[in-house]
Amino acid sequence: MPTIGQSVPRREGRAKVTGQARYVDDVALPGLMYGATVRSSVARGILRDVRYDPSIPWSEITVVTARDIPGRNRVALIADDQPWLADDRINHPEEPVVLLAHHDRHLLEEARRKVILDIEPLPPVFTIEDSLARREIVWGDDNIFKSYLVARGDVDAALASGDLVIVEGVYETGAQEQLYIEPNGMLAVASAAEGVSVRGSMQCPYYVHRALMALFDLPAERVRVVQMETGGGFGGKEEYPSIIAGHAALLAWKAGRPVKLMYDRAEDMAATTKRHPSRTRHRTAVTREGVLVAMDVDFVIDGGAYCTLSPVVLSRGTIHAPGPYYCPSVRLRGRAVATNAPPHGAFRGFGAPQSLFALERHMDRVAGAVGLAPDELRRRNFIKTGQPSAVGQVIRDPVDMDALLDRACELSDYHAKRARFAADTGVAGVRQGIGFACFMHGAGFTGSGEDHLASVVAVEARPDGRIAVLTSNTEIGQGTNTIFAQIAADALGLTPEAILVAQPDTAFVPDSGPTVASRTCMVVGRLVEAAAAGLRRMLVKAELLAEHASGDDVRRACIQYISQFGALRSTAQYQPPPGLRWDDRLYQGDAYGTYAWAVYVAEVSVDTATYEVRVDDFVAVQEVGKVINPVLATGQIEGGVAQAIGWALYERVVWREGRMLNAQMTNYIMPTSVDLPPIRVFFEERPYPYGPGGAKGIGELPMDGAAPAIANAVAHALGVDPRVVPLTPEVVMELLECRSSPHGAGGSGS
Amino acid sequence: MRSYLPSYDLRAAASLEEALRLLAESPGGWRPFAGGTDLMVLFEAGALSHRRFLSIWGLRELRGIEVTGEAITLGALTTYTDVLRHEVLRREFPLLCRAAAETGGVATQNRGTLGGNIANASPAADTPPALLVYDASLELISVRGVRVVAYDRFHTGYKQMDLAPDELIRAVRLPRGRAGWMQSYRKVGTRRAQAISKLCFAGALDVVGGRVRDARLAFASVAATVVRARQAEAVVQGQVPGSELARRAVDALASDIAPIDDLRSSARYRLRVAQNLLGGFVAG
Amino acid sequence: MFHLRCRVNGEPVEVETHPMARLLDVLRQELRLTGTKEGCGEGECGACSVLIDGRLVNSCLVPALQAEGTGITTIEGVADRDRLHAVQQAFILHGGAQCGICTPGMVLAAVTLLEENPRPSVDEIRTALAGNLCRCTGYMRIVEAVLHACGPEQDRG
Repeated sequence: MPTIGQSVPRREGRAKVTGQARYVDDVALPGLMYGATVRSSVARGILRDVRYDPSIPWSEITVVTARDIPGRNRVALIADDQPWLADDRINHPEEPVVLLAHHDRHLLEEARRKVILDIEPLPPVFTIEDSLARREIVWGDDNIFKSYLVARGDVDAALASGDLVIVEGVYETGAQEQLYIEPNGMLAVASAAEGVSVRGSMQCPYYVHRALMALFDLPAERVRVVQMETGGGFGGKEEYPSIIAGHAALLAWKAGRPVKLMYDRAEDMAATTKRHPSRTRHRTAVTREGVLVAMDVDFVIDGGAYCTLSPVVLSRGTIHAPGPYYCPSVRLRGRAVATNAPPHGAFRGFGAPQSLFALERHMDRVAGAVGLAPDELRRRNFIKTGQPSAVGQVIRDPVDMDALLDRACELSDYHAKRARFAADTGVAGVRQGIGFACFMHGAGFTGSGEDHLASVVAVEARPDGRIAVLTSNTEIGQGTNTIFAQIAADALGLTPEAILVAQPDTAFVPDSGPTVASRTCMVVGRLVEAAAAGLRRMLVKAELLAEHASGDDVRRACIQYISQFGALRSTAQYQPPPGLRWDDRLYQGDAYGTYAWAVYVAEVSVDTATYEVRVDDFVAVQEVGKVINPVLATGQIEGGVAQAIGWALYERVVWREGRMLNAQMTNYIMPTSVDLPPIRVFFEERPYPYGPGGAKGIGELPMDGAAPAIANAVAHALGVDPRVVPLTPEVVMELLECRSSPHGAGGSGS
Repeated sequence: MRSYLPSYDLRAAASLEEALRLLAESPGGWRPFAGGTDLMVLFEAGALSHRRFLSIWGLRELRGIEVTGEAITLGALTTYTDVLRHEVLRREFPLLCRAAAETGGVATQNRGTLGGNIANASPAADTPPALLVYDASLELISVRGVRVVAYDRFHTGYKQMDLAPDELIRAVRLPRGRAGWMQSYRKVGTRRAQAISKLCFAGALDVVGGRVRDARLAFASVAATVVRARQAEAVVQGQVPGSELARRAVDALASDIAPIDDLRSSARYRLRVAQNLLGGFVAG
Repeated sequence: MFHLRCRVNGEPVEVETHPMARLLDVLRQELRLTGTKEGCGEGECGACSVLIDGRLVNSCLVPALQAEGTGITTIEGVADRDRLHAVQQAFILHGGAQCGICTPGMVLAAVTLLEENPRPSVDEIRTALAGNLCRCTGYMRIVEAVLHACGPEQDRG
């Protein structure tokens, strides 16, 4: 019986519920030292001197500065602009400058305070506006990490046309901390003789591997990276762990002893990456009947001090900016700009939540401008199979957004509530509203990204007949181990118990790419399926297995094969689905192999005394191809929605001079169990021919829809026009107080 | 952990008598340490400037809830969980129970104490507005003897209080007889649990024959200490609750409180919400 | 330094430690009971939850001195050898654990809840777990797991 579609229990569930699962901080080694990072507290400047207060016994402490770096002092990623340790220039207030290690954590903490950095300050830049205006040039020639311009049709002519309705708006989103509950940490063993070996909390072992090779100028085989059990990632452990691994390894290299570098919560929140703040400007031309004619979108994200992954975040955000609509003329302009905040980076959704917030809030306003209900406006513009997207991708999926919208409206009782809440003056002190968002999320790397990655997966038989799946894709809570076992089991005709999923360890697993971009299930899972099927074919071809045999027959065949031929191993490498084309230069073509499609509905109540918004009900309807494991998939969607509710309502990073002031869980407010509504998840399953068992990616999708659905519901509840998230009570108060201003009109759109 | 552990000292007092003797021997040398839910947070953040602490957690003399006809006396080490489980408190002092229920999660409620919450002297504390509304008084004890201070005169400025270095809070005394009053408690903290308040309101009105015979209105997080809104109380005294009275009380409130901007909220928001909550309560 | 004597998961324990050392560090470093996790070090996330004399506490906020003479239960002491507690079983079956870092604290919070209130409502479950933050699940599967741990479904008020 196939296991795809069954809620096979999480593989490492028992280890996790009994406390036996091993995370990096649980590892103790003889002679272990602890590491600490001394950071600038100045946002921008020139490092003149480092002094060491004589009250500390420095001879006992391992001290590493930029001068100790054996290889290149640049973190290898995209632009290679970020130093491992500042040598002369300081570009953000959490810039690492000096590393320390000692076996006594308490003395180490004391020592960290006694390193004095002499920095001559330079004028910094902290906002998108100031960066675009080039008040100071803080990066490159123009503060621009990356820009895109994609255009089709004649946007300017449409916007100038007197016959069309023009709707404009500017929308902003704030930074968001990933807030995985396990802080970042790495343990390194390193020496010139042994090379560098690092284990820890991470999403992408081969990113770390590549960065360490350049840092130490070592060949691949002398660097080893092992992923330990990882307590959440959400993108926050995509690129930053390379830095922690490098720092731990530099200390271990110099000390000649193993070094564990764990960030505490405050350091993790302040220094590591967050979601890019954004500003999106929309100008839309629409007929009086509500048909889109032209969309002009200017999408800007704040990348912080270094480039990191900003170009790719920008790319995904820009491509998703026009949403699931067909529009004949579209101009998309995307820019990632530099500021003197710590670099922003990967976070679930990767730019798409930002641009989709703007779009879906804007679409409610467009509906209001032409006098249509929000759902009716969308129905008149949904993209259909065979129509091109803004970057010229002809949609091949059998997409049916109308049906998703119907189902979401029915499950949430949208129409009745829309009418009732609008008419109702409300229970004393409470106003209710309901709103929705329609969106899609592309699975896998953008454009030619998967071709460049050229991921490889191996499946091999062990002498006892069990089958091991070898990938570099990590289990970070989302269920990788379990679904890979299901996929391999079905392809081989085995039960999942017969499958081992190897720990990601660069000494043993091939590079199947990073655990990001909703690619693990759809792209890598497909490779697992192919490699497993290949292994089975080898057994059949060797005449050790009958065509339809399963279970013990497969096991026996494996054992026999190994005894006859020595080893049984099958690999699969990524091949693009037929017909997929992408032009990097023109930025045109098939941006993604496929998309997941969704409609999310939020019902809110607003306390008119405290301006607090509460989500009372949440319906999430999505078409995601075949669902491999319903319990795990539902959990992914629920968790993503919860994180998005946090971004929409609660989670505000308070900045001062480029530093996060509220870097504590007490003051950075994520939702607790009593803050969240029932999150009701529904799947439509239309198998995708190039995903394992028909599956698409779902990891990021749930981050996209909640914020605009909630903002639209708040607009409905109060008759205001929210254009920012988070919609904190302070923001809602301001919205209500300026409701009488001309910009306040058209908010409810009904 | 950002503090240098070896530089700290913590010792347990075996009895109340010993604790008081130690506090008296070197005034200001030892500081009392109860359930640790505030001090340990500062300690971990590297922000605990005092170094020597005396654990009073084990002192049975500071525990227990005693009920008489006139009053309820709660030992300083009464935890939030103790408050929530006490029948008489639940019946007659609902605002205190609400405050206890909204302080942290279960783990914090099991360790956090009333005495600790008071002595921490945070202007954002959750129970003090309720204690102000209930006319609480504090029993302070030292080798010099026992004295009783009205709670509304205890906090004298930001983190300042009428507590000598050799004194301990022994108990909190709540006079009974408020059960018939109209009462309201509202903690505003963005999320519903585990929040530090942006603003907290407690109010009680004794309405007899349609008029306010007596009023207690108190706030946290809108001034340097938790405060009673005495001007607003004076305005409502003897008046008929309703929207007109609410408007006048709200006007008076501006001179009772002085909210500020900080990383949790803004002065504007705090003032406006304080007005809304007070207005809503007085309007009835 | 002081000599801490207490019982951990039923076993008597003696440790030489600093009186102000966090119980969390004593458990994880001295006793190598690493199932208790550190998520924030400020008593906010609940990942370090353990039971002291049957009551849920954040072990990052308890100084070792105050653990003297107590009975402590950590996640390692919840299962009866190989037999998992009903809460643990339900967490596995119903998706209550994702990344697993909040799970030990969450399981202990649920275990104490059910000891005091064997058939809690959804609201009671959510309130009891509000001091244990989870970033993966949105709490839905956790609440579901706790409901299942109470036994067969029935109407709950």
